[in-house]
Amino acid sequence: MITRLLSGDRPGSPILAIVLLAIFLCLAFAPFLFPGTRSLETAARICIFIVLVASYDLLLGYTGIVSFAHTMFFGIGAYGVAIAISAWGPSFTSILVGGAAGVALTMVLALLIGLFSLRVRAIFFAMVTLAVASAFAVLVSQMSWLTGGEDGLNYAIPGVFKPATKLMDGRLFGVRLDGKLLLYYFVFVSSLVLFLVMLRMVNSPFGRVLQAVRENAFRAEAIGYRVVVYRTAATVLSASMAALAGVLIAVWLRYTGPATTLSFEIMIDILLMVVIGGMGTMYGAVIGATLFILAQTYLQNLMGAASDATSAIPLLPDLLDPGRWLLWLGVLFILSVYFFPTGIVGRLRGRAA
Amino acid sequence: MSEHPVLETRDLTIRFGGHVAVDAVSATFARGSLTAIVGPNGAGKTTYFNLISGQLPATRGQVLLNGEDITRLGVAERTRRGIGRAFQLTNLFPNLTVRENVRLVVQAKANRGFDLFSMAARHTELIEKADHVLAQVQLDDVADQKVAFLSHGNQRKLEVALLIALDPDVLMFDEPTAGMSVDEVPVILDLITAMKADPGRTILLVEHKMDVIRSLADRIMVLHNGQLVADGDPAEVIASPIVQQAYLGVEAEDA
Repeated sequence: MITRLLSGDRPGSPILAIVLLAIFLCLAFAPFLFPGTRSLETAARICIFIVLVASYDLLLGYTGIVSFAHTMFFGIGAYGVAIAISAWGPSFTSILVGGAAGVALTMVLALLIGLFSLRVRAIFFAMVTLAVASAFAVLVSQMSWLTGGEDGLNYAIPGVFKPATKLMDGRLFGVRLDGKLLLYYFVFVSSLVLFLVMLRMVNSPFGRVLQAVRENAFRAEAIGYRVVVYRTAATVLSASMAALAGVLIAVWLRYTGPATTLSFEIMIDILLMVVIGGMGTMYGAVIGATLFILAQTYLQNLMGAASDATSAIPLLPDLLDPGRWLLWLGVLFILSVYFFPTGIVGRLRGRAA
Repeated sequence: MSEHPVLETRDLTIRFGGHVAVDAVSATFARGSLTAIVGPNGAGKTTYFNLISGQLPATRGQVLLNGEDITRLGVAERTRRGIGRAFQLTNLFPNLTVRENVRLVVQAKANRGFDLFSMAARHTELIEKADHVLAQVQLDDVADQKVAFLSHGNQRKLEVALLIALDPDVLMFDEPTAGMSVDEVPVILDLITAMKADPGRTILLVEHKMDVIRSLADRIMVLHNGQLVADGDPAEVIASPIVQQAYLGVEAEDA
């Protein structure tokens, strides 16, 4: 049963299995294990980014395509919901229609980019995606009548998801059963389903062709696979998944703006998460997203504490100043790439084999 | 069907800038024949292969498969129609297992590439077919190894295995025994002989070893500077003065 859900893709290392199970359980029971708004924010963000990073891994790790337009698709999904709700009010119909429109636009755009540019060399494809994504970001910030420009859009979400909505009287393990809790589980279950669907895709006959294309496109063509078609299909699928992740973040945050969806920083973050976790493994997305977002959220606190604790020692407190967290994140990244060139998952699997 | 030769090239030409690599080569290949293509390095043998299998676009001329013009078709489409090719430089999927390499070919043949939601590991019929091919080339004991870790000789065998799995009408071998140790060569030759025994298959073979050509070929084509300079019965072609002198002299004595 579990094997079937995981599409036969076993973690392949006892340590990895334990870590994945721990992450799954922590996310599944996050509202009860880690009460508090901030930790729930973090948990939901991890769920959504697992989907986003896994969809990028489908492209980068499995098919060997470098794209910088992934946040654009993420943003289109989010803006679809945001604009629909702003126009028609906070209903599930708005979410559904807006989300569907976003995914549809994403598919068309990804198809066009794919067909026009996947024939050329990989570096040109990367440049084309970068150009299109930058142009799109400018467009979004200019069309403020529709998108709210740089300020983005604030909106309400359907009533059942509001924190003020009481689902039941009383508490469960000391946690109020409110709309926020329901919303978290909506995000969690959606993310889980999307992740499992992608896990199935990479282990399907189609997924095997993608790996063949990554390994040797020339030979893949010579055994009868039309490489351009497969690359384009992978681009469209990956982009659609990113758009669905965008739908989730739009509903969760009740806000959509360039900084939360379209920024180039998020694109770089996604890239780092894939590489740290391990390219072409899917589970790498889980580990990469979890570690990175935890670091992003809590490294500053940790450093603040460390800085205070070492205040008696010269130089050290300055180095550990919370303002320098990006520096340390950079150092962590360089070390992890140096010591785990195949990512954490690749490393763990290599050790088990 | 039978009024057409399986494969035909008409006036087939490719020009790179001022250099004509293959120059107006016209030839027909009958079903069930094995044609050896010989010539010195740079004569255009591999380029001629690339034009037939579609890796290079012809500047002029046509390629016909069963009488149908396939000159404008891409590599994958030609493969699907029955042109299979083994490459001179080993050209495999290095980070996948030996079995997966063959399985991918079987899967392409079964047209399952766009099956997105089933598990590849559950298509046991494809895996069994792959294993059957691996047994034929004696690679079954290394089936789970990554191709990158395989010896050169075994990689050459796998190259042939992919072609067997593809099961095409036209098989093109580009120096299948190049760089192999002496004791490994017979395995490959036996495989080619076995394939030749099937009257439905048409084989094109680029090869330097004269003993191999003598024992296998029904016909020899000689290319020189991109032109077809001799074409016919092996004994006659080998005996012709131009061939003796220019290309085969030394090798013929060896054999």
